[in-house]
Amino acid sequence: MSWRQLAALFLEFMSSRPSLFKRLLSPDVLAPAVVGILAIIAWDLFVRITNLPPYLLPGPILVLQTLFQDWGELFPSLLITLKITVVAFVAATVLGLAISILFTQSKWIERSFFPYAVLLQTTPVVAVAPLIIIWLKNDIFAALVVCAWIVAFFPIIANTILGLNSVDHNLLNLFQLYRASRWQTLLYLRLPSALPYFLGGLRISGGLALIGAVVAEFVAGTGGSQSGLAYQILMASYNLQIPKMFAALFLIALTGISIFACLTWLSDFLLRDWHESAIKREN
Amino acid sequence: MSHNLTLTLSHVRKVYANGTVALQDMNLKIGASQFISLVGPSGCGKSTVLRIIAGLGRMSSGQLEWGGSYEQPKIAYVFQEAALMPWANVLENVRLPLKLAGIPKYKALAAASEVIALVGLQGSERSFPRELSGGMKMRVSIARALATKPDVLLMDEPFGALDEMTRSRLNSDLLSLWSQMRWTVIFVTHNIYEAVYLSNRVVVMAARPGRVVAEISIDVPYPRTEEFRTSPLYNQYCREVSHSLSAASLGMTDTSSDLQTASI
Ligand SMILES: Nc1ncnc2c1ncn2[C@@H]1O[C@H](COP(=O)(O)OP(=O)(O)OP(=O)(O)O)[C@@H](O)[C@H]1O
Ligand SMILES: [Mg+2]
Repeated sequence: MSWRQLAALFLEFMSSRPSLFKRLLSPDVLAPAVVGILAIIAWDLFVRITNLPPYLLPGPILVLQTLFQDWGELFPSLLITLKITVVAFVAATVLGLAISILFTQSKWIERSFFPYAVLLQTTPVVAVAPLIIIWLKNDIFAALVVCAWIVAFFPIIANTILGLNSVDHNLLNLFQLYRASRWQTLLYLRLPSALPYFLGGLRISGGLALIGAVVAEFVAGTGGSQSGLAYQILMASYNLQIPKMFAALFLIALTGISIFACLTWLSDFLLRDWHESAIKREN
Repeated sequence: MSHNLTLTLSHVRKVYANGTVALQDMNLKIGASQFISLVGPSGCGKSTVLRIIAGLGRMSSGQLEWGGSYEQPKIAYVFQEAALMPWANVLENVRLPLKLAGIPKYKALAAASEVIALVGLQGSERSFPRELSGGMKMRVSIARALATKPDVLLMDEPFGALDEMTRSRLNSDLLSLWSQMRWTVIFVTHNIYEAVYLSNRVVVMAARPGRVVAEISIDVPYPRTEEFRTSPLYNQYCREVSHSLSAASLGMTDTSSDLQTASI
Protein backbone atom coordinates (compact mmCIF):
# COMPACT_ATOMS: atom_id res chain seq x y z
CA MET A 1 0.00 0.00 0.00
CA SER A 2 1.42 3.36 -0.97
CA TRP A 3 1.60 6.43 1.21
CA ARG A 4 -0.94 8.15 -0.98
CA GLN A 5 -3.47 5.35 -0.51
CA LEU A 6 -2.84 5.32 3.19
CA ALA A 7 -3.36 9.07 3.47
CA ALA A 8 -6.60 8.83 1.48
CA LEU A 9 -7.81 6.04 3.73
CA PHE A 10 -6.94 8.08 6.80
CA LEU A 11 -8.80 11.12 5.53
CA GLU A 12 -11.83 9.03 4.71
CA PHE A 13 -11.74 7.49 8.17
CA MET A 14 -11.50 10.90 9.80
CA SER A 15 -14.31 12.44 7.79
CA SER A 16 -16.58 9.49 8.58
CA ARG A 17 -16.11 10.29 12.26
CA PRO A 18 -16.48 14.02 12.67
CA SER A 19 -16.50 13.68 16.47
CA LEU A 20 -13.11 11.96 16.40
CA PHE A 21 -11.78 14.65 14.11
CA LYS A 22 -13.08 17.30 16.47
CA ARG A 23 -11.50 15.52 19.40
CA LEU A 24 -8.11 15.50 17.67
CA LEU A 25 -8.45 19.27 17.34
CA SER A 26 -9.55 19.72 20.94
CA PRO A 27 -7.27 21.51 23.44
CA ASP A 28 -6.75 18.18 25.22
CA VAL A 29 -4.86 16.91 22.20
CA LEU A 30 -3.63 20.14 20.66
CA ALA A 31 -1.98 21.59 23.78
CA PRO A 32 0.32 18.63 24.52
CA ALA A 33 0.98 18.21 20.79
CA VAL A 34 2.19 21.81 20.59
CA VAL A 35 4.39 21.31 23.65
CA GLY A 36 5.83 18.14 22.11
CA ILE A 37 6.57 19.80 18.78
CA LEU A 38 8.21 22.77 20.47
CA ALA A 39 10.35 20.44 22.60
CA ILE A 40 11.46 18.53 19.52
CA ILE A 41 12.34 21.76 17.73
CA ALA A 42 14.31 22.94 20.77
CA TRP A 43 16.08 19.58 20.91
CA ASP A 44 16.97 19.80 17.25
CA LEU A 45 18.24 23.38 17.58
CA PHE A 46 20.26 22.48 20.65
CA VAL A 47 21.98 19.60 18.87
CA ARG A 48 22.69 21.76 15.82
CA ILE A 49 23.97 24.78 17.72
CA THR A 50 26.20 22.90 20.18
CA ASN A 51 27.31 20.57 17.43
CA LEU A 52 27.03 17.60 19.74
CA PRO A 53 28.23 14.34 18.22
CA PRO A 54 25.43 11.76 17.69
CA TYR A 55 27.00 9.32 20.17
CA LEU A 56 26.29 11.84 22.94
CA LEU A 57 22.94 13.17 21.81
CA PRO A 58 21.48 12.43 18.39
CA GLY A 59 19.06 14.93 16.89
CA PRO A 60 15.40 14.01 16.47
CA ILE A 61 15.67 13.63 12.72
CA LEU A 62 18.50 11.16 13.03
CA VAL A 63 16.51 9.21 15.62
CA LEU A 64 13.53 9.06 13.28
CA GLN A 65 15.77 7.94 10.42
CA THR A 66 17.24 5.22 12.58
CA LEU A 67 13.76 4.15 13.60
CA PHE A 68 12.81 3.57 9.97
CA GLN A 69 16.15 2.06 9.11
CA ASP A 70 16.14 -0.45 11.94
CA TRP A 71 12.41 -1.02 11.87
CA GLY A 72 12.89 -4.63 10.79
CA GLU A 73 14.86 -5.23 13.96
CA LEU A 74 13.04 -2.94 16.36
CA PHE A 75 9.46 -3.89 15.49
CA PRO A 76 9.77 -7.60 16.44
CA SER A 77 11.38 -6.48 19.70
CA LEU A 78 8.50 -4.12 20.31
CA LEU A 79 6.07 -6.99 19.81
CA ILE A 80 7.95 -9.13 22.33
CA THR A 81 8.00 -6.39 24.99
CA LEU A 82 4.36 -5.67 24.27
CA LYS A 83 3.46 -9.34 24.63
CA ILE A 84 5.19 -9.59 28.01
CA THR A 85 3.49 -6.38 29.14
CA VAL A 86 0.02 -7.43 28.03
CA VAL A 87 0.20 -10.94 29.47
CA ALA A 88 1.53 -9.61 32.79
CA PHE A 89 -1.10 -6.88 32.86
CA VAL A 90 -3.99 -9.23 32.13
CA ALA A 91 -2.72 -11.66 34.78
CA ALA A 92 -2.38 -8.80 37.26
CA THR A 93 -5.90 -7.63 36.46
CA VAL A 94 -7.59 -11.01 36.78
CA LEU A 95 -5.63 -12.14 39.82
CA GLY A 96 -5.79 -8.69 41.40
CA LEU A 97 -9.56 -8.59 41.12
CA ALA A 98 -9.96 -12.15 42.37
CA ILE A 99 -7.64 -11.61 45.32
CA SER A 100 -9.29 -8.31 46.22
CA ILE A 101 -12.68 -9.99 46.32
CA LEU A 102 -11.27 -12.80 48.43
CA PHE A 103 -9.66 -10.34 50.85
CA THR A 104 -12.87 -8.37 51.33
CA GLN A 105 -14.90 -11.50 51.98
CA SER A 106 -13.15 -12.09 55.26
CA LYS A 107 -11.30 -9.70 57.51
CA TRP A 108 -9.13 -12.58 58.61
CA ILE A 109 -7.92 -13.43 55.15
CA GLU A 110 -7.15 -9.76 54.54
CA ARG A 111 -5.36 -9.39 57.85
CA SER A 112 -3.29 -12.51 57.28
CA PHE A 113 -2.27 -11.99 53.67
CA PHE A 114 -2.33 -8.28 52.93
CA PRO A 115 1.12 -7.62 54.47
CA TYR A 116 2.58 -10.10 52.01
CA ALA A 117 1.00 -8.26 49.12
CA VAL A 118 2.71 -5.15 50.44
CA LEU A 119 5.95 -7.06 50.75
CA LEU A 120 5.67 -8.06 47.11
CA GLN A 121 5.23 -4.41 46.21
CA THR A 122 8.08 -3.02 48.28
CA THR A 123 10.64 -5.55 47.10
CA PRO A 124 12.42 -4.00 44.11
CA VAL A 125 12.00 -6.11 40.96
CA VAL A 126 15.62 -5.73 40.04
CA ALA A 127 16.43 -7.52 43.27
CA VAL A 128 14.12 -10.50 42.76
CA ALA A 129 14.28 -10.70 38.97
CA PRO A 130 17.58 -12.67 38.89
CA LEU A 131 16.09 -15.23 41.23
CA ILE A 132 12.95 -15.62 39.19
CA ILE A 133 14.97 -15.88 36.01
CA ILE A 134 17.09 -18.64 37.54
CA TRP A 135 14.02 -20.53 38.72
CA LEU A 136 12.30 -20.23 35.38
CA LYS A 137 15.37 -20.46 33.23
CA ASN A 138 13.73 -22.89 30.85
CA ASP A 139 11.04 -20.40 30.04
CA ILE A 140 12.47 -16.93 29.95
CA PHE A 141 9.20 -15.47 28.67
CA ALA A 142 7.36 -16.74 31.74
CA ALA A 143 10.10 -15.36 33.98
CA LEU A 144 9.78 -11.92 32.44
CA VAL A 145 6.00 -12.05 32.72
CA VAL A 146 6.25 -12.93 36.41
CA CYS A 147 8.57 -9.98 37.03
CA ALA A 148 6.28 -7.55 35.23
CA TRP A 149 3.31 -9.05 37.04
CA ILE A 150 4.89 -8.40 40.44
CA VAL A 151 5.20 -4.72 39.60
CA ALA A 152 1.75 -4.37 38.07
CA PHE A 153 -0.17 -6.38 40.63
CA PHE A 154 -0.21 -4.21 43.73
CA PRO A 155 -1.93 -1.02 42.53
CA ILE A 156 -4.84 -3.12 41.36
CA ILE A 157 -5.45 -4.88 44.65
CA ALA A 158 -4.76 -1.76 46.72
CA ASN A 159 -7.28 0.26 44.71
CA THR A 160 -9.87 -2.48 44.32
CA ILE A 161 -9.86 -3.34 48.02
CA LEU A 162 -10.31 0.33 48.85
CA GLY A 163 -13.22 0.46 46.39
CA LEU A 164 -14.88 -2.71 47.67
CA ASN A 165 -14.76 -1.28 51.18
CA SER A 166 -15.94 2.22 50.25
CA VAL A 167 -19.57 1.31 49.83
CA ASP A 168 -22.23 3.87 50.74
CA HIS A 169 -23.30 2.96 54.24
CA ASN A 170 -26.98 3.59 53.56
CA LEU A 171 -26.92 1.32 50.54
CA LEU A 172 -25.28 -1.39 52.59
CA ASN A 173 -28.08 -1.05 55.14
CA LEU A 174 -30.62 -1.22 52.36
CA PHE A 175 -29.17 -4.47 51.09
CA GLN A 176 -29.18 -5.83 54.62
CA LEU A 177 -32.81 -4.78 55.09
CA TYR A 178 -33.85 -6.63 51.95
CA ARG A 179 -31.89 -9.68 53.09
CA ALA A 180 -29.49 -9.65 50.17
CA SER A 181 -27.14 -12.62 50.11
CA ARG A 182 -23.40 -12.07 50.31
CA TRP A 183 -23.18 -12.86 46.63
CA GLN A 184 -25.91 -10.37 45.69
CA THR A 185 -24.27 -7.68 47.80
CA LEU A 186 -20.98 -8.32 46.04
CA LEU A 187 -22.47 -8.39 42.57
CA TYR A 188 -24.95 -5.56 42.76
CA LEU A 189 -23.32 -3.28 45.32
CA ARG A 190 -19.65 -3.82 46.08
CA LEU A 191 -18.38 -4.46 42.57
CA PRO A 192 -20.15 -1.49 40.94
CA SER A 193 -19.00 0.77 43.80
CA ALA A 194 -15.45 -0.45 43.33
CA LEU A 195 -15.41 -0.07 39.55
CA PRO A 196 -13.98 3.51 39.44
CA TYR A 197 -11.26 2.56 41.92
CA PHE A 198 -10.47 -0.62 40.01
CA LEU A 199 -10.18 1.30 36.75
CA GLY A 200 -7.90 3.83 38.46
CA GLY A 201 -5.72 0.91 39.54
CA LEU A 202 -5.64 -0.40 35.98
CA ARG A 203 -4.38 2.92 34.67
CA ILE A 204 -1.48 2.89 37.10
CA SER A 205 -0.61 -0.74 36.62
CA GLY A 206 -0.75 -0.65 32.81
CA GLY A 207 2.28 1.62 32.80
CA LEU A 208 3.93 -0.35 35.60
CA ALA A 209 3.58 -3.61 33.65
CA LEU A 210 5.56 -2.04 30.83
CA ILE A 211 8.22 -0.78 33.23
CA GLY A 212 8.38 -4.20 34.87
CA ALA A 213 8.76 -5.89 31.51
CA VAL A 214 11.59 -3.58 30.45
CA VAL A 215 13.41 -3.80 33.78
CA ALA A 216 13.17 -7.60 33.81
CA GLU A 217 14.52 -7.75 30.26
CA PHE A 218 17.45 -5.63 31.38
CA VAL A 219 18.16 -8.01 34.22
CA ALA A 220 17.81 -11.02 31.94
CA GLY A 221 20.30 -9.29 29.68
CA THR A 222 21.20 -10.84 26.38
CA GLY A 223 20.63 -14.38 27.54
CA GLY A 224 17.12 -14.77 26.14
CA SER A 225 16.47 -16.20 22.74
CA GLN A 226 13.61 -13.80 22.15
CA SER A 227 14.69 -10.27 22.74
CA GLY A 228 12.58 -7.24 23.50
CA LEU A 229 13.25 -3.53 23.37
CA ALA A 230 15.43 -3.52 26.49
CA TYR A 231 17.71 -5.99 24.77
CA GLN A 232 17.92 -3.63 21.79
CA ILE A 233 18.84 -0.76 24.10
CA LEU A 234 21.50 -2.84 25.81
CA MET A 235 23.00 -4.01 22.53
CA ALA A 236 22.89 -0.52 21.06
CA SER A 237 24.69 0.90 24.09
CA TYR A 238 27.43 -1.76 23.85
CA ASN A 239 27.90 -0.85 20.21
CA LEU A 240 27.58 2.88 20.85
CA GLN A 241 24.62 3.06 18.48
CA ILE A 242 23.08 5.90 20.44
CA PRO A 243 20.47 6.88 17.82
CA LYS A 244 19.16 3.31 17.88
CA MET A 245 18.97 3.50 21.66
CA PHE A 246 16.87 6.60 21.32
CA ALA A 247 14.67 4.96 18.71
CA ALA A 248 14.01 2.02 21.04
CA LEU A 249 13.39 4.41 23.92
CA PHE A 250 10.95 6.31 21.75
CA LEU A 251 9.04 3.09 21.04
CA ILE A 252 8.85 2.28 24.76
CA ALA A 253 7.54 5.75 25.54
CA LEU A 254 5.00 5.52 22.74
CA THR A 255 3.82 2.14 24.01
CA GLY A 256 3.44 3.53 27.53
CA ILE A 257 1.40 6.47 26.30
CA SER A 258 -0.79 4.22 24.16
CA ILE A 259 -1.49 1.88 27.07
CA PHE A 260 -2.45 4.81 29.26
CA ALA A 261 -4.66 6.30 26.55
CA CYS A 262 -6.46 2.99 25.97
CA LEU A 263 -7.11 2.49 29.68
CA THR A 264 -8.29 6.07 30.11
CA TRP A 265 -10.68 5.60 27.22
CA LEU A 266 -11.92 2.32 28.73
CA SER A 267 -12.46 4.00 32.07
CA ASP A 268 -14.36 6.92 30.56
CA PHE A 269 -16.44 4.53 28.50
CA LEU A 270 -17.44 2.30 31.40
CA LEU A 271 -18.16 5.20 33.76
CA ARG A 272 -19.73 7.56 31.24
CA ASP A 273 -23.23 7.28 32.65
CA TRP A 274 -22.62 7.97 36.27
CA HIS A 275 -19.21 8.63 37.66
CA GLU A 276 -17.98 12.16 38.25
CA SER A 277 -14.63 11.40 36.63
CA ALA A 278 -16.25 10.65 33.28
CA ILE A 279 -19.10 13.14 33.18
CA LYS A 280 -19.04 16.39 31.34
CA ARG A 281 -20.96 18.66 33.67
CA GLU A 282 -23.42 21.16 32.36
CA ASN A 283 -23.63 23.89 34.90
CA MET B 1 -56.35 -3.15 51.88
CA SER B 2 -56.50 -3.37 55.61
CA HIS B 3 -53.89 -4.53 58.03
CA ASN B 4 -54.06 -5.66 61.59
CA LEU B 5 -50.35 -5.31 62.14
CA THR B 6 -49.34 -3.82 65.45
CA LEU B 7 -45.99 -3.05 66.98
CA THR B 8 -45.04 -2.78 70.63
CA LEU B 9 -41.73 -1.56 71.94
CA SER B 10 -41.34 -2.05 75.65
CA HIS B 11 -38.50 -0.91 77.86
CA VAL B 12 -36.13 -0.71 74.95
CA ARG B 13 -32.64 0.31 75.84
CA LYS B 14 -29.82 0.89 73.43
CA VAL B 15 -26.23 1.51 74.41
CA TYR B 16 -23.73 2.03 71.59
CA ALA B 17 -20.29 0.48 71.75
CA ASN B 18 -18.76 3.79 72.77
CA GLY B 19 -20.99 3.94 75.84
CA THR B 20 -23.59 6.39 74.53
CA VAL B 21 -26.98 5.56 75.97
CA ALA B 22 -29.11 6.32 72.91
CA LEU B 23 -32.38 4.94 74.29
CA GLN B 24 -33.51 4.26 77.81
CA ASP B 25 -36.83 2.68 78.75
CA MET B 26 -38.39 3.55 75.42
CA ASN B 27 -42.03 2.51 75.13
CA LEU B 28 -44.19 2.78 72.07
CA LYS B 29 -47.35 1.09 70.88
CA ILE B 30 -48.42 1.39 67.31
CA GLY B 31 -51.81 0.19 66.13
CA ALA B 32 -52.90 -1.15 62.78
CA SER B 33 -52.45 1.13 59.78
CA GLN B 34 -51.38 4.08 61.85
CA PHE B 35 -49.33 7.00 60.72
CA ILE B 36 -47.01 7.91 63.57
CA SER B 37 -44.58 10.80 63.60
CA LEU B 38 -41.51 10.89 65.81
CA VAL B 39 -40.25 14.34 66.73
CA GLY B 40 -37.52 15.31 69.13
CA PRO B 41 -34.29 17.24 69.50
CA SER B 42 -31.31 16.17 67.44
CA GLY B 43 -29.54 13.17 68.89
CA CYS B 44 -32.49 11.92 70.93
CA GLY B 45 -32.43 8.54 69.23
CA LYS B 46 -35.07 8.77 66.53
CA SER B 47 -32.90 7.12 63.91
CA THR B 48 -31.83 4.56 66.45
CA VAL B 49 -35.47 3.57 67.03
CA LEU B 50 -36.08 3.19 63.30
CA ARG B 51 -32.96 1.09 62.88
CA ILE B 52 -34.01 -1.20 65.71
CA ILE B 53 -37.49 -1.60 64.24
CA ALA B 54 -35.97 -2.36 60.85
CA GLY B 55 -33.69 -4.97 62.40
CA LEU B 56 -30.57 -3.07 61.34
CA GLY B 57 -29.38 -2.58 64.89
CA ARG B 58 -29.72 -4.70 67.98
CA MET B 59 -31.23 -3.33 71.16
CA SER B 60 -29.27 -3.81 74.34
CA SER B 61 -32.35 -4.87 76.25
CA GLY B 62 -36.12 -4.67 76.01
CA GLN B 63 -38.71 -6.11 73.71
CA LEU B 64 -39.95 -5.55 70.23
CA GLU B 65 -43.12 -7.37 69.33
CA TRP B 66 -45.06 -7.54 66.10
CA GLY B 67 -48.76 -8.28 66.64
CA GLY B 68 -51.52 -9.32 64.31
CA SER B 69 -51.40 -12.05 61.75
CA TYR B 70 -47.82 -11.37 60.74
CA GLU B 71 -44.87 -13.65 61.21
CA GLN B 72 -42.36 -11.30 59.74
CA PRO B 73 -43.75 -8.07 58.35
CA LYS B 74 -42.26 -6.60 55.21
CA ILE B 75 -40.41 -3.47 56.18
CA ALA B 76 -39.30 -0.66 53.90
CA TYR B 77 -36.97 2.12 54.98
CA VAL B 78 -36.57 5.53 53.41
CA PHE B 79 -33.29 7.02 54.56
CA GLN B 80 -32.65 10.68 55.12
CA GLU B 81 -30.54 10.79 51.98
CA ALA B 82 -32.04 9.22 48.89
CA ALA B 83 -29.30 6.53 48.92
CA LEU B 84 -29.65 5.60 45.26
CA MET B 85 -27.14 3.55 43.32
CA PRO B 86 -25.44 6.14 41.09
CA TRP B 87 -24.59 3.55 38.42
CA ALA B 88 -28.19 2.46 37.94
CA ASN B 89 -31.04 4.34 36.34
CA VAL B 90 -34.36 5.07 38.07
CA LEU B 91 -36.01 1.87 36.93
CA GLU B 92 -33.10 -0.30 38.09
CA ASN B 93 -32.94 1.50 41.42
CA VAL B 94 -36.62 0.93 42.06
CA ARG B 95 -36.41 -2.67 40.92
CA LEU B 96 -33.55 -3.44 43.31
CA PRO B 97 -35.56 -4.84 46.26
CA LEU B 98 -37.55 -7.05 43.90
CA LYS B 99 -34.39 -8.29 42.23
CA LEU B 100 -32.90 -9.11 45.63
CA ALA B 101 -36.07 -11.02 46.50
CA GLY B 102 -35.59 -13.11 43.37
CA ILE B 103 -38.76 -11.94 41.63
CA PRO B 104 -38.69 -12.67 37.87
CA LYS B 105 -37.46 -9.76 35.80
CA TYR B 106 -40.60 -9.08 33.77
CA LYS B 107 -42.76 -9.03 36.90
CA ALA B 108 -40.29 -6.85 38.76
CA LEU B 109 -40.07 -4.38 35.89
CA ALA B 110 -43.84 -4.11 35.70
CA ALA B 111 -44.11 -3.56 39.44
CA ALA B 112 -41.31 -1.00 39.38
CA SER B 113 -42.91 0.95 36.54
CA GLU B 114 -46.14 0.96 38.47
CA VAL B 115 -44.68 2.54 41.62
CA ILE B 116 -42.63 4.97 39.54
CA ALA B 117 -45.89 6.20 38.06
CA LEU B 118 -47.37 6.29 41.54
CA VAL B 119 -44.78 8.82 42.71
CA GLY B 120 -45.22 10.80 39.50
CA LEU B 121 -41.92 10.00 37.82
CA GLN B 122 -43.17 8.31 34.66
CA GLY B 123 -40.92 9.32 31.79
CA SER B 124 -37.80 9.43 33.95
CA GLU B 125 -37.29 5.68 34.14
CA ARG B 126 -34.05 5.81 32.16
CA SER B 127 -32.58 8.81 33.96
CA PHE B 128 -29.59 8.41 36.21
CA PRO B 129 -29.67 9.81 39.75
CA ARG B 130 -27.27 12.62 38.84
CA GLU B 131 -29.81 13.86 36.32
CA LEU B 132 -32.53 14.24 38.96
CA SER B 133 -33.34 17.06 41.34
CA GLY B 134 -33.27 16.48 45.08
CA GLY B 135 -37.04 16.10 45.21
CA MET B 136 -37.07 13.63 42.34
CA LYS B 137 -34.35 11.54 43.99
CA MET B 138 -36.45 11.38 47.13
CA ARG B 139 -39.41 10.20 45.07
CA VAL B 140 -37.27 7.45 43.59
CA SER B 141 -36.26 6.44 47.07
CA ILE B 142 -39.91 6.34 48.12
CA ALA B 143 -40.86 4.39 45.00
CA ARG B 144 -38.15 1.86 45.81
CA ALA B 145 -39.55 1.50 49.32
CA LEU B 146 -43.07 1.01 47.98
CA ALA B 147 -42.04 -1.48 45.30
CA THR B 148 -42.01 -4.37 47.75
CA LYS B 149 -45.54 -3.57 48.91
CA PRO B 150 -44.38 -3.18 52.50
CA ASP B 151 -46.49 -3.62 55.59
CA VAL B 152 -44.43 -1.10 57.48
CA LEU B 153 -42.87 2.03 56.07
CA LEU B 154 -40.09 3.67 58.07
CA MET B 155 -39.11 7.16 56.97
CA ASP B 156 -36.20 9.07 58.46
CA GLU B 157 -36.62 12.79 57.75
CA PRO B 158 -37.33 11.99 54.12
CA PHE B 159 -38.17 15.56 53.18
CA GLY B 160 -35.65 17.31 55.40
CA ALA B 161 -33.52 18.65 52.59
CA LEU B 162 -36.39 19.88 50.43
CA ASP B 163 -37.91 23.31 50.01
CA GLU B 164 -41.28 24.10 51.55
CA MET B 165 -43.27 23.82 48.30
CA THR B 166 -41.87 20.45 47.32
CA ARG B 167 -42.20 19.23 50.85
CA SER B 168 -45.86 20.08 51.08
CA ARG B 169 -46.59 18.55 47.69
CA LEU B 170 -44.79 15.33 48.63
CA ASN B 171 -46.66 15.36 51.94
CA SER B 172 -50.00 15.42 50.16
CA ASP B 173 -48.85 12.71 47.76
CA LEU B 174 -47.64 10.54 50.60
CA LEU B 175 -50.88 10.95 52.47
CA SER B 176 -53.01 10.01 49.49
CA LEU B 177 -50.84 6.94 48.88
CA TRP B 178 -51.13 6.00 52.51
CA SER B 179 -54.91 6.29 52.48
CA GLN B 180 -54.98 3.83 49.58
CA MET B 181 -52.42 1.37 50.91
CA ARG B 182 -52.78 1.70 54.64
CA TRP B 183 -49.32 0.65 55.61
CA THR B 184 -48.15 1.35 59.11
CA VAL B 185 -45.94 4.42 58.81
CA ILE B 186 -43.33 5.63 61.28
CA PHE B 187 -42.17 9.01 60.15
CA VAL B 188 -39.27 10.92 61.68
CA THR B 189 -39.25 14.66 61.17
CA HIS B 190 -37.99 17.93 62.59
CA ASN B 191 -40.93 19.75 61.11
CA ILE B 192 -43.85 20.12 63.50
CA TYR B 193 -46.31 21.25 60.81
CA GLU B 194 -45.54 18.24 58.71
CA ALA B 195 -45.94 15.93 61.68
CA VAL B 196 -49.34 17.33 62.60
CA TYR B 197 -50.62 17.37 59.05
CA LEU B 198 -49.68 13.76 58.35
CA SER B 199 -50.09 11.78 61.53
CA ASN B 200 -52.63 9.98 63.63
CA ARG B 201 -50.29 10.57 66.47
CA VAL B 202 -47.19 12.63 67.16
CA VAL B 203 -44.67 11.06 69.52
CA VAL B 204 -42.33 13.53 71.21
CA MET B 205 -38.97 12.25 72.38
CA ALA B 206 -36.38 13.75 74.70
CA ALA B 207 -32.63 13.26 74.62
CA ARG B 208 -29.99 11.91 76.97
CA PRO B 209 -31.22 9.31 77.34
CA GLY B 210 -33.68 9.01 74.47
CA ARG B 211 -37.22 8.25 75.54
CA VAL B 212 -40.83 9.15 74.80
CA VAL B 213 -42.02 12.15 76.80
CA ALA B 214 -45.35 12.93 75.17
CA GLU B 215 -47.83 11.55 72.69
CA ILE B 216 -50.34 13.80 71.01
CA SER B 217 -53.25 12.32 69.09
CA ILE B 218 -54.31 14.29 66.07
CA ASP B 219 -57.99 13.45 66.00
CA VAL B 220 -58.79 14.71 62.55
CA PRO B 221 -60.23 12.36 59.95
CA TYR B 222 -58.55 11.65 56.64
CA PRO B 223 -58.44 12.75 53.88
CA ARG B 224 -57.01 15.93 55.29
CA THR B 225 -57.57 18.83 53.01
CA GLU B 226 -55.71 22.06 52.42
CA GLU B 227 -58.30 23.77 54.61
CA PHE B 228 -57.12 21.71 57.53
CA ARG B 229 -53.66 23.19 57.11
CA THR B 230 -55.03 26.68 57.62
CA SER B 231 -57.57 25.88 60.31
CA PRO B 232 -57.31 27.08 63.93
CA LEU B 233 -57.47 23.46 65.05
CA TYR B 234 -54.31 22.71 63.07
CA ASN B 235 -52.56 25.67 64.64
CA GLN B 236 -53.60 24.54 68.05
CA TYR B 237 -52.13 21.08 67.49
CA CYS B 238 -48.94 22.60 66.19
CA ARG B 239 -48.65 24.80 69.28
CA GLU B 240 -49.21 21.82 71.48
CA VAL B 241 -46.50 19.75 69.80
CA SER B 242 -44.18 22.72 69.75
CA HIS B 243 -44.72 23.28 73.43
CA SER B 244 -43.88 19.73 74.47
CA LEU B 245 -40.97 19.68 72.05
CA SER B 246 -39.39 22.72 73.63
CA ALA B 247 -40.08 21.26 77.05
CA ALA B 248 -38.33 18.07 75.91
CA SER B 249 -35.42 20.05 74.53
CA LEU B 250 -35.01 21.88 77.81
CA GLY B 251 -34.98 18.58 79.62
CA MET B 252 -38.26 19.15 81.47
CA THR B 253 -39.92 15.81 81.42
CA ASP B 254 -42.85 16.64 83.65
CA THR B 255 -45.16 17.85 80.94
CA SER B 256 -48.11 15.66 81.73
CA SER B 257 -50.26 18.52 83.02
CA ASP B 258 -50.98 20.11 79.67
CA LEU B 259 -50.60 17.14 77.39
CA GLN B 260 -53.11 14.55 76.48
CA THR B 261 -51.49 11.19 76.39
CA ALA B 262 -52.90 9.13 73.63
CA SER B 263 -53.95 5.56 73.73
CA ILE B 264 -54.30 3.41 70.70
N1 LIG C 1 -23.03 4.20 65.53
C1 LIG C 1 -23.06 4.94 66.64
N2 LIG C 1 -22.09 4.80 67.56
C2 LIG C 1 -22.12 5.53 68.69
N3 LIG C 1 -23.07 6.41 69.01
C3 LIG C 1 -24.05 6.60 68.15
C4 LIG C 1 -24.11 5.88 66.91
N4 LIG C 1 -25.21 6.28 66.24
C5 LIG C 1 -25.81 7.20 67.01
N5 LIG C 1 -25.13 7.40 68.16
C6 LIG C 1 -25.50 8.30 69.27
O1 LIG C 1 -26.79 7.93 69.70
C7 LIG C 1 -27.57 9.07 69.93
C8 LIG C 1 -28.84 8.99 69.13
O2 LIG C 1 -28.52 9.04 67.78
P1 LIG C 1 -29.61 9.07 66.61
O3 LIG C 1 -28.89 9.05 65.32
O4 LIG C 1 -30.60 8.00 66.87
O5 LIG C 1 -30.28 10.49 66.87
P2 LIG C 1 -31.45 11.20 66.05
O6 LIG C 1 -32.54 11.45 66.99
O7 LIG C 1 -31.75 10.44 64.82
O8 LIG C 1 -30.76 12.58 65.69
P3 LIG C 1 -30.98 13.51 64.39
O9 LIG C 1 -32.30 14.14 64.54
O10 LIG C 1 -29.88 14.51 64.49
O11 LIG C 1 -30.87 12.62 63.20
C9 LIG C 1 -26.72 10.27 69.63
O12 LIG C 1 -26.24 10.81 70.83
C10 LIG C 1 -25.58 9.73 68.81
O13 LIG C 1 -24.41 10.42 69.12
MG1 LIG D 1 -31.39 10.79 62.69
